Amino acid sequence: MAPLGGTMDIKENMEKMYYEALSTYLKDQNEQALYQGQKISRLNIKYNISPEEIISMHKNNLIELYPDLPEKVMDSFDFLLEVMMGYGIAYREHQSLRHQQQELKTEIEIAANVQHTLLETKIPDIKGLEIGAISVPARQMNGDYYHFVQDEYERIGVGIADVIGKGIPAALCMSMIKYAMDSLPEHRHEPNSVLESLNRVVEHNVDPSMFITMFYGLYDPHDKQFSYASAGHEPGFYYDAATGNFSDLDAKGLLLGVDKKTRYRQYEKTVNPGDMIILLSDGVTECRTNDGFIERETLIGFIQKNMHLQAQEIVNNIYKQLEKMQNFQLRDDFTLIILKSNV
Amino acid sequence: MNITVDVNELNTEFIVKLNGEIDAYTAPKLRESLFPISEQDNVSIIIDLTEVSYMDSTGLGVFVGAFKSVRAHNGEFTLIGLSERLRRLFDITGLADIIDIKSGTEGGLE
Repeated sequence: MAPLGGTMDIKENMEKMYYEALSTYLKDQNEQALYQGQKISRLNIKYNISPEEIISMHKNNLIELYPDLPEKVMDSFDFLLEVMMGYGIAYREHQSLRHQQQELKTEIEIAANVQHTLLETKIPDIKGLEIGAISVPARQMNGDYYHFVQDEYERIGVGIADVIGKGIPAALCMSMIKYAMDSLPEHRHEPNSVLESLNRVVEHNVDPSMFITMFYGLYDPHDKQFSYASAGHEPGFYYDAATGNFSDLDAKGLLLGVDKKTRYRQYEKTVNPGDMIILLSDGVTECRTNDGFIERETLIGFIQKNMHLQAQEIVNNIYKQLEKMQNFQLRDDFTLIILKSNV
Repeated sequence: MNITVDVNELNTEFIVKLNGEIDAYTAPKLRESLFPISEQDNVSIIIDLTEVSYMDSTGLGVFVGAFKSVRAHNGEFTLIGLSERLRRLFDITGLADIIDIKSGTEGGLE
């Protein structure tokens, strides 16, 4: 086939191809000509030739091949052409929407990358505490967030938050939390005061129907104390190595952004060697499989099966397992953090 | 996945029966139905969740929003017919302490 040049050339070439394929097919109805027909169909799509143009091409070729066909047959093609016009218009609309969608998709991808950079947090390296963390958005942008900070007394602050809502609005909201946290003064890293400050920020600045659940913990490597507070966040687990028991890391407190006067209660725990603190977002417990929701006990089972591994491997393995159980289609953003004491 | 919102009005008391799933897709419909009511003065809204088979945190957002609006207009806001799973969602988020909630059959309308 001659290279396709300008629009006129394309149309002329197409007419010629169509003529050849049609005349061959009408002569002996062979497969080869049908195959050629499929090829023409693809080329027509590629060069934006509309259905009505194809019909007009068919009609012209037919006149050339059979000049004596009854006039009514020819007229019927004009009718068909009119009928197909609507399809042509719908198709062009579809093309233009697809183009717009592609543009949006690219834009969201860029936004997701920017968000990723904005929310980046470094997992602190501290003797005696292994930290594993994973956060995977259900769609492109993440409405979950986790944050680590190490202060001048070597204390490790860990925050995990989930915006009620999903997708882009949730993600935008989360960036604000991150900056509010970064601007907290160093001496204000006590979990209850962190939540109280952030609650005021959210109440004041965020859309009234948008709320955030958050857990904040502070680990002091000197006295092995873990203090924590929760603003309506899905409770994590505490693994007590001495007894081999898992218990809920219960903490009561209202969601961020509901009432600016909310006070948060702070809880304390002494972390012994081998103990683990497991923090999660509701995307982990609200994991919906074919057999219903996974139970917290099931989750504990997964942790037990993996707990001889490094903290990061544990969270990775559990994510893989739950992803598989949901047929690789997360319904909600997924965040899991494990702090494992090894001294 | 869908939701039906059935509103029964008696003077300033509104009984809203929900049926279906509340998630990111159905929440906007729920919000549109609840908000105009919640912005009236001195209303009492009772929301019956008996027939709600699933609710994710997006639904919580809608209820908290409506609750805040009702409270700001000196009204009353009550949730009834919560399954154990739903009840847990309100407990964890601390909302059970500020919103009037009657679980299960307790306070049912029938």
